Amino acid sequence: MVEKQAVLDIISAALKETLDQQGLPPPASITEDTVLVGKDATLDSLGVVSLIVEVEQALEQQHQVAVTLASDKAMSAKNSPFRTVGVLAEHVLETIKEEEEAARG
Amino acid sequence: MAEERVVLITGSRKGIGKHLAQTYAKRGFKVEGCSRGDAGWEAENYTHANVDVADERAVKLWISGISRKHQRIDVVINNAAIATMNHVLLTPAATANRMFEVNVTGTMLVCRDAAKVMMRKKHGRIINFTTIVAPIALAGEAIYAASKSAVVTLTRILAFELGQWGITCNSFGATPILTDMIKGVPQAKVDAVVNTLAIKRLGTYEDCTNVCDFFIAPGSDNITGQVLYLGGIS
Repeated sequence: MVEKQAVLDIISAALKETLDQQGLPPPASITEDTVLVGKDATLDSLGVVSLIVEVEQALEQQHQVAVTLASDKAMSAKNSPFRTVGVLAEHVLETIKEEEEAARG
Repeated sequence: MAEERVVLITGSRKGIGKHLAQTYAKRGFKVEGCSRGDAGWEAENYTHANVDVADERAVKLWISGISRKHQRIDVVINNAAIATMNHVLLTPAATANRMFEVNVTGTMLVCRDAAKVMMRKKHGRIINFTTIVAPIALAGEAIYAASKSAVVTLTRILAFELGQWGITCNSFGATPILTDMIKGVPQAKVDAVVNTLAIKRLGTYEDCTNVCDFFIAPGSDNITGQVLYLGGIS
């Protein structure tokens, strides 16, 4: 079972790593309200791609969880599941739950 | 000791995929292969998985397992494909859809999930197999050729989307090789295709190894977005 705080830590680390790769400084603070995509976003579109992959890979390495965060459902949702750190964390937890249910068949 | 390089090869149960898997395993690469059924053969350095490349979840779990096992993927060879040689007037939609699912979506899924692992090392080589029957517009292979044309376009664009992470993406179309895939094609038709070539001979497994060697050579890190056809076809 992956706890929400662990997911938030992964997203925070992935965000710092992504910004670093783009030669950008980290934000003064990263909270659940930190905006990732859309107006006032911290990341550009390519940065979002990198962030999502970083988060997926960290979940895999640290928690042995294999998920695809950019699912059909996520990409067609009216409100982006990637818009803030907190919303993304909830999306990650939901996706892990769905994957566990799929694995149980 | 240098780290062992990891090669993924789809459709490795038989034919070209099996030859490439055995060749690279023999050379000391860690080879991870897959097909829809058991390999039916074993080799040192080779691991087989039963995976339908068109099954998104199965591909994800397969590549996830490889990532955990090796912490790296260096080369992907997307060889798995299905072909049904039919006149377009006699091709059911289900046949066409399945060909696109395996040949295009399957290739995309393996590229997608493997590239996520390659990104960590800022290095990777992707080789997607296409066919010369697309550029020569061979009658009787409309849907197969169309799906492989899609693979070429997919590969060219992947080259631009993944280049920033040091991942090269190229496609390769061999001349006809006598594998199970073309065993149902009449000999006269195979001969007619060979006669259109600059070098009038059937392709060989070694032709395929040669091209893959070229694409994965250290000096080929600036070769990307290309399609390489054999036999003078362009």
